[in-house]
Amino acid sequence: MPTPVLMPALSPTMTEGTLARWLKKPGDRVKPGEVIAEIETDKATMEVEAVDEGTIAEILVPEGTEGVKVNTPIALIVAEGESPPAAAAAPPPPRGAEAARPAAPAAPRVLRPIEPLEESWAGAKTVKLTVREALRDAMAEEMRRDPTVFLMGEEVGYYQGAYKVSQGLLDEFGPERVIDTPITEYGFTGLGVGAAMAGLRPIVEFMTWNFAMQAIDHIINSAAKTLYMSGGQMNCPIVFRGPNGAAARVAAQHSQEYSSWYAHCPGLKVVAPYSAADAKGLLKAAIRDPNPVVFLENEVLYGKSFEVPDVPDLLVPIGRAKILRRGRDLTITAFSIMVGKALEAAERLAAKGIEAEVVDLRTLRPLDVETVVESVKRTNRLLSVEEGWPVCGIGAELAALVMEHAFDWLDAPVVRVTGKDVPMPYAANLERLALPQVEDIAAAAEALVARRI
Amino acid sequence: MASGVRAARTAGTVAVEVIEPKPVVPPAEELFKLYREMLLIRRFEEKAGQLYGMGLIGGFCHLYIGQEAVAVGIQHALTEKDSVITGYRDHGHMLVCGMDPRRVMAELAGRVTGYSKGKGGSMHMFAKEVRFYGGHGIVGAQVALGTGIAFAHKYKKDGGICVTYFGDGAANQGQVYESFNMAALWKLPVLYVIENNRYAMGTSTERHASTRELYQRGLAFGIPGAQVDGMDVLAVREKAIEAVKYVREGNGPFVLEALTYRYRGHSMSDPGKYRTKEEVQEMRERHDPIDKLKALMIAEGIADEARFKEIDKEIRDICNEAARFAQDSPEPDPSELYTDVLVEA
Ligand SMILES: Cc1ncc(C[n+]2csc(CCOP(=O)(O)OP(=O)(O)O)c2C)c(N)n1
Ligand SMILES: [Mg+2]
Repeated sequence: MPTPVLMPALSPTMTEGTLARWLKKPGDRVKPGEVIAEIETDKATMEVEAVDEGTIAEILVPEGTEGVKVNTPIALIVAEGESPPAAAAAPPPPRGAEAARPAAPAAPRVLRPIEPLEESWAGAKTVKLTVREALRDAMAEEMRRDPTVFLMGEEVGYYQGAYKVSQGLLDEFGPERVIDTPITEYGFTGLGVGAAMAGLRPIVEFMTWNFAMQAIDHIINSAAKTLYMSGGQMNCPIVFRGPNGAAARVAAQHSQEYSSWYAHCPGLKVVAPYSAADAKGLLKAAIRDPNPVVFLENEVLYGKSFEVPDVPDLLVPIGRAKILRRGRDLTITAFSIMVGKALEAAERLAAKGIEAEVVDLRTLRPLDVETVVESVKRTNRLLSVEEGWPVCGIGAELAALVMEHAFDWLDAPVVRVTGKDVPMPYAANLERLALPQVEDIAAAAEALVARRI
Repeated sequence: MASGVRAARTAGTVAVEVIEPKPVVPPAEELFKLYREMLLIRRFEEKAGQLYGMGLIGGFCHLYIGQEAVAVGIQHALTEKDSVITGYRDHGHMLVCGMDPRRVMAELAGRVTGYSKGKGGSMHMFAKEVRFYGGHGIVGAQVALGTGIAFAHKYKKDGGICVTYFGDGAANQGQVYESFNMAALWKLPVLYVIENNRYAMGTSTERHASTRELYQRGLAFGIPGAQVDGMDVLAVREKAIEAVKYVREGNGPFVLEALTYRYRGHSMSDPGKYRTKEEVQEMRERHDPIDKLKALMIAEGIADEARFKEIDKEIRDICNEAARFAQDSPEPDPSELYTDVLVEA
């Protein structure tokens, strides 16, 4: 039985082409790989190769024919011996635009009822710890618990950490588990991701997140996407951590806030704690998480002390916001260092008789939409505070979510207080202007509460 | 050309011809295995090209035809503790790692029975059970990842090594040298295999590499290297055995450059205007790795034409079956759109 040679698709976008030239005629023998015809596609002239051995029986589409649709039989080949391959005789499959478009299921962004935020340690004795110490303790506890956990990064070992977060870890765990890397962010991040794919649990420290721009390819393309691209086979249990955002007077290249960059990407979890307890509990949870977690710290907060529950295993769930202050007049959301500023602003507002509810987002992906929406339904106003740039920021996302889920409850448009839309300036006065200050938050809140629709 | 290995080396502009000793011929049983594996890749890729032409495979599809001796020769130097990682031209490596041709083809066709449930496609496929770590679409990414897999072998002290394949074009990526530095510094068990097929898409090594002795690219880091005729599976196998031994003994990384050639375009949509037909024809006709092994086996009296016909039929049946399996398999259910984004803890 003759096997039809079908008009091939020679590029991802080709739907038809011109049969420019036949290099074989009926009666010619062909071998696999031999060029039998030339086709002009939307891009170029391409060669058509024979797939099977045999003799050309008939040419069905003469040379010079234009607009030959992909999968049209263009010639017949009679094979010797074996039967023609099943594939060649199959009916043409649906292609591209012609294929029926299946209804895409709705995104799983349905709001669930909020379960109470359980803090089993409530009422426990506390100790005063800086955020720096809390982070170190979290890593040490997890390294004691699981021998596959290790820390790598620039200056994490002998130097004891560029910001002293890894102080003492080299002494306790040795150079096999506390690894000083060369200054080679792209390379060591890829190395960490490979090690995670092969079953280890790396903690990759960036001296600051500014330098992780060299490594963002591995964070997104290799760590975040591989589980999906492997159909669920290859997970990547890794934590990327380090200080994020503005420190003080280090200017544009050392002062960027990356929350919205990473929160944008499926396949990652993104955490940005404020208090030492959350820093500890969330870092421990991040290290145990089977997914890649971007853990955004803040240099200014490292030295700040908080009361931390003195319990053996402080685990804070990723994906849950926390209401730090109750209030009826407006909701203020913030994360990382901005939580402190929001709390201060709330104090000032209270003195003027305005009761602000302050929500510490803590996790930016997955965002705890339920807690925010629930709060807005009570206060009817939302003020979003973030240190980063406004365009496509966390506040922009919150505004959209609140519109989708609490539009009818809003008494005023959502307001954002953000870093200014400029690279970070060096001059002290300009830097202050570029960053959200307590008075900016308080003023925006007052204006928001005053607004009536 | 069964006698001696010709490795064409060019130092600067001076072409030097090096005659190396003829590789040892392994026992007949292994020769058959080498032959079958190369032929499986060849026929599988031809079938994939055919299915692409029919619109059953979409997007980018990079065929390995011509380069078969590299992945096959290297695999014969490995044990089951070892792992493998490569770029997007990955079908051949997957087949020699022992992955099921049916499921590989199903993935190419975007079907739920594919290795990635149809979500990865030709360039992104993985099989943890045989320690095949992909399948990566970013040129050079697999080099840092493979170095990390080697790091894990060392950390776990499991005795395995990681073979990390990349192309001549990828050899110019910065992260390759970041990885070389760490691999040498920490003596990681990684064998870097550079598949030098003379082109990075349409840019020849003459036009993309300031030095074309790619096996020497590790020297600045103290990483030894060697070059091998990648069109000769016995030569690759032999060099790989030496290189793997070096790496496994704890000496750190090794760079093995295989001089090879791809017959087909860079991907399916490559019109191939950057090289002459004569050049391709010359490689196909005079340096084909499958023909070469077949000629040797006939000359040594190990098999006759009839036997090769049988093998060819067996392999064709496997590939036809793979194509049938792929076509008969359903596409992933729409509900799969949102699965596998995160591991639910
Ligand atoms: C970082 C990056 N840049 C560009 C590309 C597009 N691209 C895909 S393959 C390729 C050529 C690579 O050539 P080589 O490393 O020699 O491998 P070969 O295709 O010859 O196997 C290019 C430029 C890419 N996938 N990733
Ligand atoms: Mg190449």
